[in-house]
Amino acid sequence: MSESTVRDKVLFGLAGFAAILLTWNLHTIFLVMPDELNQGAIWRIFFFHVPAALLGLTGFGLGMIFSLTYLFTNNLRYDAIAESIIEVALVFAAVNLVTGSIWARIIWGIWWAWDARLTSMLVCWLIFAGYLMLRRAIDEPTQRARLSAVVSIFGAVDVVIVWKSIEWWRTQHPAPVLSIRNGGGMDPGMESTMYWNLLALFCFAVVLVMVRMRQARISQEIDSLRRLAHSY
Amino acid sequence: MPGFLRAALAIAAKDLRSELRTKEVLNASLAFSVTILLLFSFAFDPSSEELQQIGGGLLWMVFAFAGALTLNRSFARETQNDCLDALIASPASSSALYFGKALANFALLMAIEVFCLLVFGLFYNARLAAQFGTIILVIALGTWALTVIGTMFSALTVNLRLRELMLPTLVYPLMIPALMAAMTLTTDLLAGTPINNENRIWLRVLLAFDVIFTALATFFVDTVLVG
Amino acid sequence: MSSSEPSAALVVDRVSKYYGHYPALRNVRFEVEPGSSVALLGRNGAGKTTLLKIVAGLSKASEGSVKIQGADVRQEATRRKIGVLGHGISLYEELSAAENLTFFARLYGYPDPAKRADAWLERVGLERVRDGLVREFSRGMRQRLAVARAFLHEPEVLLFDEPFTALDDRAIAVLQSLLAEAHAEGRTIVMSTHQLREALELATHVVLIRRGQLAFAGERTSQMLEDTGWLYRNYGDN
Repeated sequence: MSESTVRDKVLFGLAGFAAILLTWNLHTIFLVMPDELNQGAIWRIFFFHVPAALLGLTGFGLGMIFSLTYLFTNNLRYDAIAESIIEVALVFAAVNLVTGSIWARIIWGIWWAWDARLTSMLVCWLIFAGYLMLRRAIDEPTQRARLSAVVSIFGAVDVVIVWKSIEWWRTQHPAPVLSIRNGGGMDPGMESTMYWNLLALFCFAVVLVMVRMRQARISQEIDSLRRLAHSY
Repeated sequence: MPGFLRAALAIAAKDLRSELRTKEVLNASLAFSVTILLLFSFAFDPSSEELQQIGGGLLWMVFAFAGALTLNRSFARETQNDCLDALIASPASSSALYFGKALANFALLMAIEVFCLLVFGLFYNARLAAQFGTIILVIALGTWALTVIGTMFSALTVNLRLRELMLPTLVYPLMIPALMAAMTLTTDLLAGTPINNENRIWLRVLLAFDVIFTALATFFVDTVLVG
Repeated sequence: MSSSEPSAALVVDRVSKYYGHYPALRNVRFEVEPGSSVALLGRNGAGKTTLLKIVAGLSKASEGSVKIQGADVRQEATRRKIGVLGHGISLYEELSAAENLTFFARLYGYPDPAKRADAWLERVGLERVRDGLVREFSRGMRQRLAVARAFLHEPEVLLFDEPFTALDDRAIAVLQSLLAEAHAEGRTIVMSTHQLREALELATHVVLIRRGQLAFAGERTSQMLEDTGWLYRNYGDN
């Protein structure tokens, strides 16, 4: 069908673009840029740490919005989109957590710090991992979509509360914050690389979501066929 | 409005009557909580300063785990004999059904927790008397948070085959902000520190959590139960 | 609302129910006049229970609507008018017969729920064991109590899902007499069942569901009663 071949073309095109951009960025990050003054080599991890956070949080937010959309429209397509986006967001959130942890270990000597961003991301990750676990536990697609939508809404609200709480707390108890600006400002040259990497990872994320969605669609078809077969 | 309250109170009364007659949940929760508290008092020296610092955290860990036992049972008790269908088909709205169960759960949890608090005071030589009222207030707010989330997800997981596993998996991460607030406040209060400018923020967090999630749950429980 | 013609007791309007993309019910539509007694028939898995659940407001249709006496079933006033009896007895094991009925009477808004409960305990012959826990009841006693619970708020529309399944003789007698009485009082009954004979005796109309679709909806004829397989042969799967 022509629709799917267009989709495939977009998919491969985007994947190719992402791969090229990512390779270029890696080249820039590792070979062109100098070591940072205070942090040494490890500061380069921020080129992945920060985009991963942005993509993760955006993904969870979008997932929540598509979940709400499903509840209003009862169209399972939105549920499939929400699931795919949230799954990919979980991967990026995990990258964010791990890179943050590595950075903290190298710079501060601790594996973990209770700063607002890391903690919120961890809570977010746990909640949406629960979302996925819930989905695995429900066979019937409509029930699965409905219940996990409610979980994602509760989860998104909760993350906002966590974020705000720790922010307020930290205004009274300042502690070092995981930030590239710790060294004191970021060079304009560095910022542009950050945005290029964000673009590359974003394309990569979109590719992953598209692949996941195709899998979700096929899975739904199989489920319907199975029910049909069993009804005889 | 009176209809809502009447239905909710009838359901709360029914749940409490059922539980007080069988005492399944009460016995299990109390036994569990007291055992954990005793075990910890063996593991740590009760009079040490360090214990004063983790006291609040310990108490809330116990409350949260014991709470899960109670909350799981909340909607699960309706699946036997298809009682849930009769309740949903009745004039009681899903919100009234939810609220009634939340009230009953709150009462049960508070009873268990106050008992635990006294046990804790006994074995850990904690100074409870000075700020007892405030401590109870904080416990009540934190327990309401646990109740609201736990009852909601009890409704959500009621028909799932992995219910006992899914309920804690979903509830505990969501409870993190409320538990952080409750633990910090309780630790401070047990150490003799009153609510001051430093920790008042956590009181606000608890209140916000309670209000926001009570509203959310009341709104979404019908979607969860009926679809 | 202010229509001069009598509103049908139950209107099922193009109801579909999807599990994922699989249609458990497809475009089912029929009307039930007030006072009729409908036997809802169909093979296992045809969709009878799914349909009844939607009509009772226990589940939402994916498409279409259900109206009971002109109003949506999820409205409070409407739910006061329906009585539901499913596979389970919908009673609490650890409470007594009286406590169970009092609780439901309270839910249905009766100012004196205990009195209502007692009246119905008598009707089904359980007044002597009113304080006995349901856990200790025999199967027949539980079924009679379940029937009492379904009838106690005098519902105008009765929705029963296979009510005769595994009832003992006394319970069947009680149920049949209550159904006949309800029918005589002009109440509407929709009953899904496998027990063809009992159902067809009481029924004024028949609705047959076949693979999620409406296969037949019409009056119950004496031919159906004499030859209980007739309906399935002509409209069913074989």
